[in-house]
Amino acid sequence: MHYSPQPLHIPDGFLSFTVSVICWVISAITIGMAVSRSNKSLGERQIPLMGVMAAFIFAAQMINFPVAGGTSGHLLGGALAAITLGPWAGMLVMTAVIAVQALLLQDGGLLVMGANILNMGLITAAIGYGLYRGVSTGSRSLKLAVAGIAAWLSVMAGALFTSLQLWLSGTSQLQVVIPAMLGVHALIGVGEALITVAALMFILQTRPDLLGENSVSAQGSRGWMVAGVLITLAVVLLSPLASADPDGLERVAGDLGFLGKGVSAPYHILPDYTLPFLGETALSTILAGLIGVVVVGAIIVLLGQGLKAKS
Amino acid sequence: MHFDAFDRYHDSESFLHRLDPRVKVVAAVVFILSNALLQDGAWIAFGLSWLFLLLANQLSNLGLGFTFRRSLVALPFALIALTVLFSIPGKPLSSFHFLVWDLTITDAGLLRFVSILIRSWLSVQMAILLVAVARFPDLIHALEHLRVPGILTTIIAFLYRYLFVLADEVFRLMRARESRSAAAPGKRAGGSVAWRAGIAGHMAGQLFLRSYERSDRVYNAMLARGYAGHMETINPHELRRRDYITVALVLLAILFFQLVGRL
Repeated sequence: MHYSPQPLHIPDGFLSFTVSVICWVISAITIGMAVSRSNKSLGERQIPLMGVMAAFIFAAQMINFPVAGGTSGHLLGGALAAITLGPWAGMLVMTAVIAVQALLLQDGGLLVMGANILNMGLITAAIGYGLYRGVSTGSRSLKLAVAGIAAWLSVMAGALFTSLQLWLSGTSQLQVVIPAMLGVHALIGVGEALITVAALMFILQTRPDLLGENSVSAQGSRGWMVAGVLITLAVVLLSPLASADPDGLERVAGDLGFLGKGVSAPYHILPDYTLPFLGETALSTILAGLIGVVVVGAIIVLLGQGLKAKS
Repeated sequence: MHFDAFDRYHDSESFLHRLDPRVKVVAAVVFILSNALLQDGAWIAFGLSWLFLLLANQLSNLGLGFTFRRSLVALPFALIALTVLFSIPGKPLSSFHFLVWDLTITDAGLLRFVSILIRSWLSVQMAILLVAVARFPDLIHALEHLRVPGILTTIIAFLYRYLFVLADEVFRLMRARESRSAAAPGKRAGGSVAWRAGIAGHMAGQLFLRSYERSDRVYNAMLARGYAGHMETINPHELRRRDYITVALVLLAILFFQLVGRL
């Protein structure tokens, strides 16, 4: 079978009961909103469309391309689904995909499904659509560039949220899980961004009407821009903070009553997420994070230009 | 592609197969919930849960070791829990040097690590058993009865139906890519990584359009057959006495495990 599991699917047993339930509540509320919006705005015609598109995302996750040393890149699809189908429909489609992966293939657990839906379906769709919506009236290359950055960020956000949930459950240590997950997913995210951009480019060339002004994609309200930008900011601010100042985050979580056990660290891995001239301050790491986003964005834009020149 | 490439339903005649799918879903979810609620090191309760699982295996007529065979799927994820071995303060068991770190395994850390693995191992087996004894369309139907929004279960039902068709589509696309990617001896096929990713992206775009257009045809075909916004079913599920008794027994057993785990 070509089906390859994604590294973000958390199995049952790895998240604590409390964290699983909190994530389920957040996901259930968001899905509930998506359901009521979709019931209002969608005709019966959209139901088979969303169903077949869910199968599309599932199948598209099987498309891979060789990277190096036997590893391969492939798609998660949250950003692509939200950009092509609109935010609420994208969320429902991703929820269905994750539910089927958990139920049918045991890829991801049942009790932790709320967390998996949140990480891989809802956050990815919100970032993907929110950022894209901001430039959906802009030029083609701007749209593609932003879609690429949004796809990369959506994977990073999923990885960050997964890490935080694992840490709050007392399953992993913050100092290890954040740099490890974000490091790996920084690369996976580039694959995601490239596939998303190339797929959108292909759709824009052959069926521009599907992404045009009267499409489902353009119907999401502008509020999504705010949501997308806010979540992005949270990710950009939180990830360097979490890797550089885990003790601070642990204290905050302790104050909020999240951490049952005091997990102290007999060793430290200090990631180099700082700017030398600012020293090891929170500001420095946040700026480093922002610079990282800009650099990745620039790389994706350049690669996108290269792709366009060749195609 | 044959549909059971994904589907893991095992057809058989057994007590579990005959139960109402709602009962199976509830029992599996309660069992997984119970595992999450058991404290670290509740060995007796873990043991009882395992016996419960074995009993369920036996009742499914698929053999005692049925779920064990595929139960290690979640194991790679254990890597992510590895750090608890060293991070929880406790009596040192053994220390070693790894690259630049001096690591000490503590007894409390080991206890937690093993508990996480056992929870995951038990839970994943129950999930495997659930899809083995309930047909997926029945499971979707059960979800509908359990108040999952209709739009979501309908999407899941479509996903399940067209998954195999679109997976075939993907394999055709990949086969076409492979036959285009001949390499001269001693040379690597394909361009840069970005180029390869672009090709994969075009394949995804192609698949998107084919799926989109297919959904149009599907909708028209459904309209022609009298579709009016929701799916009809011809096998209504009704709960019988056997189902109520099973649910009661399962809940009692789980409650007992929880009590044992807390003593």
